[in-house]
Amino acid sequence: MEPALLSPAAYKFLHIPTALFAFLIPLVGMCAFTYIMKRRIDPLLKAAPDNRFDRILARLWTVAKIWLAQWRQPRYMMAGVIHIFIFAGFLILSIRSTTLVIIGFWESFTFPGFSGTLGHVYNVFKDFAATWVLIACVVAAIRRGIFRPERYAVPAQYGKDHTGEAVFVLALISTLMISESLFEATLAAAQIQQLQPAEFVAPGTLAWLFRNMLIDEPIARLQSMHITAYFIHDLTFFFFLCFLPLGKHFHVITSLFNVFFMRLERGNVKPVKHGVSDDQLDDLESFGVKKFEDFTWKHMLDFYSCADCGRCSDNCPANAVKRPLSPRFISIKGRDYAFANYPLGGANVVKDEAYQLIGDIYSEDEIWSCTTCGACEQECPLGIEYIDKIVDLRRGMVDEGNVPQSLQKPLGALEKRGNPWGKMEKKRSEWVKEIAEEVPVKLFEKGATADTLYFVDSISSYDDRMQGIAQATARILSKAGIDFGILGKLEKDSGNEVRRFGEEMLFQDLKAQNTEAILEAGVKRIVTADPHAYNALRKDYENLPPVEHISELIRKEIESGRLPLTAANGDGKVYTYHDPCYLGRHNQLYEDPRRVLDAIPGLTRVEMSRSGDRSFCCGGGGLMLFYEPEEEQRMGVLRVDMAAKAGANVIVTACPFCLVNIEDAIKVAGLEGKMEAIDLCELVAQHLAA
Amino acid sequence: MEILVCVKRVPDTSENEIELNGAGNDIDRDDLVYSVNEWDNYAVEEALQIVDKVGGSVTVISVGDDESEEVLRREMAMGADKGILLSDDAFENVDGRGIATILKAAVEKGNYDLIFTGAQADDGAAQVGGMLAAMLDVPFASLVNTIEVNGDKLKIGREIEGGNQEMYEISLPCVLSIQTGINEPRYVGIRGIRKVASVEIPTLGAADLGLDAAAVGASAARVQRTDYFLPEMGDGAEILEGSTEEIIDKLVELLKAKGGLK
Repeated sequence: MEPALLSPAAYKFLHIPTALFAFLIPLVGMCAFTYIMKRRIDPLLKAAPDNRFDRILARLWTVAKIWLAQWRQPRYMMAGVIHIFIFAGFLILSIRSTTLVIIGFWESFTFPGFSGTLGHVYNVFKDFAATWVLIACVVAAIRRGIFRPERYAVPAQYGKDHTGEAVFVLALISTLMISESLFEATLAAAQIQQLQPAEFVAPGTLAWLFRNMLIDEPIARLQSMHITAYFIHDLTFFFFLCFLPLGKHFHVITSLFNVFFMRLERGNVKPVKHGVSDDQLDDLESFGVKKFEDFTWKHMLDFYSCADCGRCSDNCPANAVKRPLSPRFISIKGRDYAFANYPLGGANVVKDEAYQLIGDIYSEDEIWSCTTCGACEQECPLGIEYIDKIVDLRRGMVDEGNVPQSLQKPLGALEKRGNPWGKMEKKRSEWVKEIAEEVPVKLFEKGATADTLYFVDSISSYDDRMQGIAQATARILSKAGIDFGILGKLEKDSGNEVRRFGEEMLFQDLKAQNTEAILEAGVKRIVTADPHAYNALRKDYENLPPVEHISELIRKEIESGRLPLTAANGDGKVYTYHDPCYLGRHNQLYEDPRRVLDAIPGLTRVEMSRSGDRSFCCGGGGLMLFYEPEEEQRMGVLRVDMAAKAGANVIVTACPFCLVNIEDAIKVAGLEGKMEAIDLCELVAQHLAA
Repeated sequence: MEILVCVKRVPDTSENEIELNGAGNDIDRDDLVYSVNEWDNYAVEEALQIVDKVGGSVTVISVGDDESEEVLRREMAMGADKGILLSDDAFENVDGRGIATILKAAVEKGNYDLIFTGAQADDGAAQVGGMLAAMLDVPFASLVNTIEVNGDKLKIGREIEGGNQEMYEISLPCVLSIQTGINEPRYVGIRGIRKVASVEIPTLGAADLGLDAAAVGASAARVQRTDYFLPEMGDGAEILEGSTEEIIDKLVELLKAKGGLK
C-alpha cells in the first residue's frame, strides 16, 4: 500500500531527497551544540575542586524529589503549576522529538519497545502533552508579557529586562509543539482521505484540532505542509538546543546535574578548600574567592543553572529592605561573567594578578549584606547555593584585609577576649550572680562536674537584656532536675558568624579553645538556648557530645511530665512564634518550640503567613549586629508588621539575636505597648509550676 | 619613598575595664589586653597606600619591651616591609622626650624620606612626633588627615577646630602625626600575622643606637607622673521624659538655650 503522504525520508524537493537535509540538520546542530557545551564546560575545568560524587543514593533521591517531582515548584502556585506542565511535557515529548529527528533519514526508526502497543499509548500521551505545553506557554507568555509579576523585574543597576528572552523561548517551545502536531495531523488527515488506517488522534488535542481543520485539504497541500512542519520542527529543535546554553534556559540542560550535585546538608559551610584539612589551612596561598576561577565547579554550574525565576530574591530579607543584595543577581552576574570571559568565539580572557571580582561584578556591601538566613536556598527549585558563595567571597575579602571598619572592632575583640564586645572573660558568668540564691549554677572553670553543659554563648552571657534568657534557661534546667554547669571564662564565642563572615582562622581558634574546654568538662551532652551556637556546635565542630537546643529539651521534659506549666488563661494575649533561621531552616527545628507553646494551657497562638521554612529573618545575628548596612528599612520592622497582620501581640522567638532585633524593631515601628517580644525560655520560666 | 612609621603597644581602651591599682599610681594591668595604638594603624595604612602609588618601602618601629614585637608583626601583616624593635632595660619608664631621643637615634641609622607617628597614643601625651621632628631638624605637621605626594613635596591637609580644613605644602624629609579617619585601615587577622610570624625583627638596644643609657632612661626623664585617678562621676546628665514628640521638643529647646541650635 502506498503511504498516504511521502515521509521526509522519502520526499524530494527540487529533485533533492529531503532525507539529506534531515540528516545534515542534526549533524550540524549536534556539532554546534557540542562546541558550545565544550566552551561552557571550560571554566568548570579551571574551577576549585568540590567532591560532589558522594552519597549517591541521597543525591538520586534529591533528583527524584526536587527535579523529577518538581517538589519546590508549587511554593509559587501559578508559576509552579505552569512549570510542572511544561517540564512534564518536555519529559514526555523528548522521546517523540528525538524520534522525529531520526525518522527524517531513517524512516522505520522507533525507540526499543515503542513499536507496538506502548507506542500507540505513548502517542496519545504525547498528543496531550504537546497540547498542554502549548497552553502552558500561552498562559506563561501572557503572564510574563502582560501581567509582569514584580519579581521578574530587573532593577536598573542590574541591566536590561529579561522579558524578551523569556517570551522568545516560549515562542520557540510553542513552535515545536505546533509543528510536531501539524506533522502528525497532516498525515492523519491524508490517511483518512485515502481511507487508510490512521493513527489514533486523541480528541481535544492539538493534533486532533489540526487534523479536523485539514481534513478536506488537497493531498498535495497536506504533503507540503507535512514536510514543512517536519523541517520547522527540525530546525527549531536544533536552534533551541544551541540557544539553551546562551542564556537563562541553560537550566533545561543543567538542572538535572545541578540538582544531583546540590548540597545535602543544611547549616554547614564549605571548607576553605575541598580536600584541605583544617590543620593544613596555613599552607594555603590564598583564601576564599577573589577571582572567578576560585569558585568551585558546582558554584559555576549554579550560575549556569539559574532560571532567573526570582524566587530567591523574592524571599531574601536583605533584598526586601533594599540592601544592595539580590541573590538572583549574584547568579546572573556570575553567569554573565563566565559568558563574557569564556566567549563562544575567541580565546578565554585572562585577568591580571590584581583582578578581583569584588569591585568588578560584585560590591563589598552586596556581599556583607547577607545574613546567611538561607531563605534563598530553601526556595530555589534548582538547588542553587548562595551561602557558601557569600562566605567564600567574604573569605577572599578578609584575606585581602578588606573588612568594614564596623566589623574590625568586634573581630579584634573576639580574637583578644573571645566575645565581640571585648568584655572581660571573667565577667562571662556574671549573669549567674543575680539568680545564685534560687538557682545554683555550677562552673566548670572552678572544677565542678555535671552531666550537662549549658553553652551560653556571648550575647546571653554579656548583654544585659539577653542575660534574662540565660537566667530563664538555668531556671528551667534546674526545675527539670538536670545536673548542669557552664564553662564560665573558659567559654569563647561559638564563632558561628565569625566563620560565616569569612574569618576562618579566628573561627578555628575559637573552635579549638571551646572544644578543649568542653571535652575537659567531661559532660554527656550540651544544651544551648542560642541557635547560632547550636548550629556551630552541631555543624562546624567535631567530636563533641550530642548537642540539643533548649526547645527540644523543654518539649521532652514537658511531655514526660517533669516540667509542669501553669496556664496562660485570660492573659488576653495572642502569641505568634517567629522561627529563628538557625533553628528552623538550618536545623529543621520547627515543631518543638510550637509544641512547647501549645503545652501552656490556654495560650492563644496564631501563625504568621511567613513561618516555618519561609520564616523571615529578623536582621541577622552575631557579627551582623555590628555591621552597618545601607538599607531603607529594618528587617525586624517588616517582621513585626507581619506579626501584627497575623493578629498577634506577642512575638515569641527562641534566639537571643531575634529578640534583640525584634525588640529594637518594635521601638522603631512605634509599637511599644501594642506588641512585645519574649524568648521561649523566658515564657516557659514564667509558667513554671511552683 | 622610604617611610618609617612609629607605632606603640597600648592597653586597648575599648576592650578593657580600666581600674586603678591598689597603690593608686597606675592602672591595674592584670587582665589587660593590648593592641596597636589606634592612630598608628591609620599611619601604617597611609604609608602603605603611598608606597602603593609611588613605590618605596614601609618600616615600622616601636620602643618597648619584647611584647611590642606583637604589634610590629601586626603592622607587618598589614603590609609593612620591615620591623625594628627598640628595646633595652634602660628604656623603661622614659618620658616623651626620651622616646623621641631613642627614635631619633634609630632614624639616623636609616635613610627615611618620611616619618609618621600617630597623632597621639591612647596612653600618651601627643608629644613624640613634634619632639622627634625638632631633634631631627625637619619640618613637622600634626593631625594630618590627607596626604598627596607631589615630587619631593607633600600637599597635606589638617583638620582644625570647628571642622575646618587647612592645606599645607611641606618638603621632604619631614615628620607627620596622623589623625584617624585619614583612611580605612585594612583588617589583619590571625592568618596575616602567622604569615609574617617567622620574619626576623631586629632588636636594637641603647648600645646599638649609640645612646648613653643614663641620658635616655627613667633617671633622665624630665616629667614624671605623680598621680593617677578616675574622675568622679559628675551630675550633668539629664534624662528627658515624655512621649517621643515631647522629648524632641524639650531637646530642641535645650539645644537652643545652650546655643547648639540657632
